[in-house]
Amino acid sequence: MMTFLDFEKPIAELEGRIRDLKKLSSEGASLDLEEDVGRLEAKRDKLLRATYAKLGPAQKTKVARHPERPHLRDIIAALFTDFMPLAGDRGFAEDPAIQGGFARFDGESVIVIGHEKGADTQDRIAHNFGMARPEGYRKAVRLMDLAERFHLPVLTFIDTPGAYPGLGAEERGQAEAIARSTERMLALEVPSIATIVGEGGSGGAVALAAADRVLMFEHAIYSVISPEGCASILWRTAEKADTAAEALKITAQDLERLGVIDAVVPEPLGGAHRDPATALATLSQTIADQLKAIAGLDALTLKAARREKFLEMGRHLDGRR
Amino acid sequence: MNWLKDYVRPRIQRVIRRKREAPDNLWHKCGECGQLVYHKEFAARLNVCPNCGHHGRIAPELRFAITFDDGRYEKIAPPEVARDPLRFKDTKRYTDRLKQAQHKTGAKDAMEVATGTIGGQEAVVAVQNFFFMGGSMGLAVGEALIRAAEEAVARGAPLVVFTAAGGARMQEGILSLMQMPRTTIAVQMVKEAGLPYIVVLTDPTTGGVTASFAMLGDVQIAEPGALIGFAGPRVIEQTIREKLPEGFQRAEYLLEHGMLDMVVPRSELRETLARLIAHMTRSAEPVFGDR
Ligand SMILES: [Zn+2]
Repeated sequence: MMTFLDFEKPIAELEGRIRDLKKLSSEGASLDLEEDVGRLEAKRDKLLRATYAKLGPAQKTKVARHPERPHLRDIIAALFTDFMPLAGDRGFAEDPAIQGGFARFDGESVIVIGHEKGADTQDRIAHNFGMARPEGYRKAVRLMDLAERFHLPVLTFIDTPGAYPGLGAEERGQAEAIARSTERMLALEVPSIATIVGEGGSGGAVALAAADRVLMFEHAIYSVISPEGCASILWRTAEKADTAAEALKITAQDLERLGVIDAVVPEPLGGAHRDPATALATLSQTIADQLKAIAGLDALTLKAARREKFLEMGRHLDGRR
Repeated sequence: MNWLKDYVRPRIQRVIRRKREAPDNLWHKCGECGQLVYHKEFAARLNVCPNCGHHGRIAPELRFAITFDDGRYEKIAPPEVARDPLRFKDTKRYTDRLKQAQHKTGAKDAMEVATGTIGGQEAVVAVQNFFFMGGSMGLAVGEALIRAAEEAVARGAPLVVFTAAGGARMQEGILSLMQMPRTTIAVQMVKEAGLPYIVVLTDPTTGGVTASFAMLGDVQIAEPGALIGFAGPRVIEQTIREKLPEGFQRAEYLLEHGMLDMVVPRSELRETLARLIAHMTRSAEPVFGDR
């Protein structure tokens, strides 16, 4: 059963009617239903297209968090072969919120690192809803060290509400772990491509996104703070989350305009969760193209260009003070 | 020789005299023990409570004055940045909040940079200003730190950063988040030039600042009692639904958990910095003639 979002109610109704008709037909009713089914499906697609063409930031936030949106394990299954997960930070623990290891992209070895939110309730708990602890970021640093040592590109996939705000996480240096991961990524002497898949939540996202190329799915969000968190601080009520989402400029389209990301990856009609296979095929092609553009660069050029890109960010915006 | 009377007081007077108006309240109430302290005594003690030793927050001018030799330093003009890149408005316009903060502090934004000497050794010092919108990091703080790093590299001098931030400058959205990688690059420039990068964490340092340049020091120092963390205590309490232990996220707690090299009282910071810089630049042990 598909999960519908609140603004998808009319679409859900149409889907329901299509399902009922199809059921009638499968039960052997002699009526000719195909024409009606076809008409309803066309109507649904039109509605989907209209709805998804003008999704606002608040709606995109819901799409980005959709439970059926492709997660890291779907990405690994669709984009890579020969995946060999590697575990542990060698200091304290294995953090299931960040997964990674060796894999082949187009047959070539790479290092994959990403947040895993989990699929069902139990799985989500096991992966702590994609909220990593320091060990997750320290494992990421370990994997980046490996990538550099063996000259493998680093491909990261970001999907997290944020780093875990827990007692143990603080005790073991959450801030330091995030800072080191960002630092390591910026110093990489191999190509790196980061993709914001769903939610890019704050420092916990940046730690894996300081890459040569930062891609973002069409309906993903990337923000300094969750709309709810921002609303409760600046508007003093979480109920203003939609207003905050609007003000924060968190959509792929906004971020491309601000020069923060390098490319937007189009999603199929009605979002990646409606057709993950198509979404991931597009992502695969985009990563392949982007990788080709930087694969031949030597380490120094790569590092200098990456640094320049981040340093220039925000320098060409209007209105000096 | 009395350090407070002979060394600190004269330079404090200079800073106090520079202020435009007298404080409305002649008594400062200690945030920790509640003791009322005469404002001149509080200032003379570098905003440290004479009763309990609580280290109150201090603004960049005073920090520079007590960090550089003879309280002498040269400010580096902050780079210009986009004023309100998102045209952000919550219950107030961001531009109005900025104006208000500028009026209150006399500063352009939440980080100031200066050069001078510490124990006779040239240094670039960047100080985050908690009184300016909670020290929050946006484009201006990011650019100021990058500017400080460039200045350190150009002069071949160490970079010392005093951190203080309640979090990100939310009104600059994703651009405030991007200051994490940008300030990290600033730190890398200093380190790659073989120069010391020393961080002094002051109360409070949380959020994206802690998770970027504030935790990347060659040496990590904190002032006593400073609140230091990634997530704020309230957020953590809401997440784990239990009360946090006494002293959680305080400087001494971080020291105990291996996140800091030392916790140093404000009155000893200058000497500590001078000795560290001397070690890190293989210079002779500094002499403190004015102490
Ligand atoms: Zn006190």
